[in-house]
Amino acid sequence: MRTKKSIKTNGTARLLQGNEACVHGALLAGVRFFAGYPITPSTEIAELLAHELPRVGGVFVQMEDEIAGMGAVIGASLAGAKAMTATSGPGFSLKQENLGYASFTEVPCVIVNVMRGGPSTGLPTAVGQGDIMQARWGTHGDHPIIALAPWSVNETLRLTIQAFNFSEKYRTPVILLLDEVIGHMREKVNMPKKSAIEVVERKRPDVPAHAYQPYEMTADLVPPFADFGSGYRYHVTGLAHDQWGFPTTRPDEVKSLVSRLRDKIENNRADICLSEEYRCEDAEHILVAVGSAARSAREAVEQARKKGIKVGLIRPLTVWPFPRRLVLHYAPLARRFVVVELNLGQIVLEVERLVAGKAKVESLTRYDGELITPAEIISRLVEEE
Amino acid sequence: MSVIHEYIRSTKKFPHLWCPGCGYGVGLSALVRAIDSLGYSRNDVILISGIGCAARAPVYVDFNTLHTTHGRALSFATGIKLVKPHLHVIVIMGDGDALAIGGNHFIHSCRRNIDLTAIVFNNRIYGMTGGQCSPTTPKGDRATTAPYDNFDTSFDICNLAVGAGASFVARGTTYYAKQTERFIKMALAHKGFSVVEVISQCPTIYGRLNKMGGPVEMLKWQRDNAIPLEKVRQRWSDSTDPAGDLGGKILTGIFVNRETSEFVSEYYAMVARLNGSRKNGEAKT
Repeated sequence: MRTKKSIKTNGTARLLQGNEACVHGALLAGVRFFAGYPITPSTEIAELLAHELPRVGGVFVQMEDEIAGMGAVIGASLAGAKAMTATSGPGFSLKQENLGYASFTEVPCVIVNVMRGGPSTGLPTAVGQGDIMQARWGTHGDHPIIALAPWSVNETLRLTIQAFNFSEKYRTPVILLLDEVIGHMREKVNMPKKSAIEVVERKRPDVPAHAYQPYEMTADLVPPFADFGSGYRYHVTGLAHDQWGFPTTRPDEVKSLVSRLRDKIENNRADICLSEEYRCEDAEHILVAVGSAARSAREAVEQARKKGIKVGLIRPLTVWPFPRRLVLHYAPLARRFVVVELNLGQIVLEVERLVAGKAKVESLTRYDGELITPAEIISRLVEEE
Repeated sequence: MSVIHEYIRSTKKFPHLWCPGCGYGVGLSALVRAIDSLGYSRNDVILISGIGCAARAPVYVDFNTLHTTHGRALSFATGIKLVKPHLHVIVIMGDGDALAIGGNHFIHSCRRNIDLTAIVFNNRIYGMTGGQCSPTTPKGDRATTAPYDNFDTSFDICNLAVGAGASFVARGTTYYAKQTERFIKMALAHKGFSVVEVISQCPTIYGRLNKMGGPVEMLKWQRDNAIPLEKVRQRWSDSTDPAGDLGGKILTGIFVNRETSEFVSEYYAMVARLNGSRKNGEAKT
C-alpha cells in the first residue's frame, strides 16, 4: 500500500486505478464499514479502505471468509452504517446466500465484484465478464437486483456513489460489476467536489416505536428502515415475513411481500436504468457492450464510421434491470445488433429477447482472458458487409 | 407476572414451535432472566440467531432480533457490534448451526475475542430437519443419517472454544437451569468473546432415536450425568489426555474466565490514536 496521504476531494485531477476510484467513490458516498476477504483482482479496494476507514471513524474488518464478509456487511447496515464488500467471481459465489438474504430483508449494501476470467479459480489476474448472469440470478429464489457496470476509472468513481445512492434509496443490495481491466487500469480522474455530489440517506422512521412496521406497504414501496439499537425493536428474518417482520406462510402476505420487492425496482426503471447511446441515430449495426468491452466497441464505432459503415453503440451502465428502452427503440430501426462481451454470451440473451426477431442479433465474444480488440469487432462488421 | 412475561412477544408469536418437552424454552428463559437481572435496556439488546430449532428463539422476545442464514449469525453479529459497540449483542445457535456450517465463524470469533456472547443450545442432533447427525452427536449414537450408529467423532464445544481463544467459556444444562442462568449472566457481563453451551434434551428426535425415554427421563439423565468441572480438574491435570475419559458424562462449569485484549475496543483505540483523540467512540453512520 503506497497511499499515505488521506484522500482529498478538492476538485482536482488525479491519476487513479479503477479499484482506487471505487474506494474514493465509496468514501464520498459515506461508506463507514467494509468487511471482506482478500481476492484478486479486487484486493486494492480492501487495502485502501483498511487505510482510509479508520481515519474517518469507520470500520474495516478482514473476515475469516467471503461468507462472513457479506454477513458482517448486512449486520453493519442494520446497525445504521453504509456498508460494502468487494470480491471477485469465486468470492461472489460464496456471498450469494447472504446476498439473497439482504435482498429479501431489504438491507442496503454495496457488493463490488471485480470480474476475472473463467469459472472456478479461472484466470485470477485476467479479464472476464462471466458474472453478468450471476449478478442477476446467483442466489436462490426469485428477487430483483440492481447491478451497475462502469467502463472507465472516472465512471467507476461516479457509479460507486450511484450504487450507494440506489442502495439507500431503494433499500436493496446493489452490485457493482467491474472487470479486471477496469479495476486495474489507471486513468485521469476529475475528483468531484464534495458539494457537487448528491448523497442519498436511507429513509428512517418517524413514527412512535410501537407503530413501526419495518416492511410496511408504503406508497413508494420502500418502507423506512430503523437502525438496530435506535429504539425501534423489530424482527428481521430471511423467512417470508409480514409487515412487522415476523415469519408468515400466509399466501396473501407472501405474495404481497415478493410483489412489493419486485415493483419497488420495476416501477423505478426510469430512475435506475442508466445507459448511453453513441451514434445510433442512423446506425444499421448497433453494438451492445459494457465495461472494458465497451471501450473497444466505442473505438470500433469510430474506425468503422471512417470506413463508411453505419455503426452505433448502446452501453448499459445499469446492467440489471436491463435498460431495455434503448434496445426496444432501435430494434425496428437497425439491421443488426452485435453484442460484444468477454464471456460465452450472456448479455446477448437479453438483447435477443428484446429485439424479438425485429433485427438480426449476433454474439461476438472472447473468453480467453484477453481483451477484445476494435479490429476484431470491425472485421466482424465488415464480414457481413 | 413472571419476568419472562414482560419480555415475550405474547400477542405476536405464540404458541411457539418447539416440541413438547424441548429444553430450549428453559434455555431462553434463563437468558431472559439473566438479561433482566443485569438491568439492560431492551433497546440495547440485540438477539441474533442462525437456522434451526434454537434459531427460532429470538422471535419470541421483545428485543432487537435478527434471524440470519444458517451458521452465519456470528458474522452478522460482528458487523453490528463493530458499528454500535455499546449494544449487548447475543447470538443464539444450535450445535449444528454453530459447529458445522458455522464452525469457521465460531473459531474465528473466539480468536478475535470480540465482545459477543454466543449461547449454544446443544441437543446433539439436527432437530428441525428431522434427526440427522450433528457435530456433537456422540459416537455410537443413532441419527437418521447414522442408521448403523454414528462412527464420527464429536466436537467438545467448550474445549474447542477455549483452544480457539474465547475468554469466557462455560457449560450448563437445562436440568440445572439456575446454574445455566448464572453462567449466561457472567458471560453477558464479560468483556470479550463468551461462550455458554447449554445441554438440552430433545425427546422428540434425539431421545426417541436413542431410546432415552421422555423429557422427564432425559432431564434425570442430565441430573445423573452432569459432573462439576472442579471435581474432575484434579484428575484432568493428572491425565495425559486433557479431555479425560468421561465415560459419556457431561462436564459442567466454567472452563475459562480471563481478561484479555478485546477486538472492538482495540479497533476503536486505533481509530482514536489515528485521529489524535483518546476518546473511544463508535462508527460514524
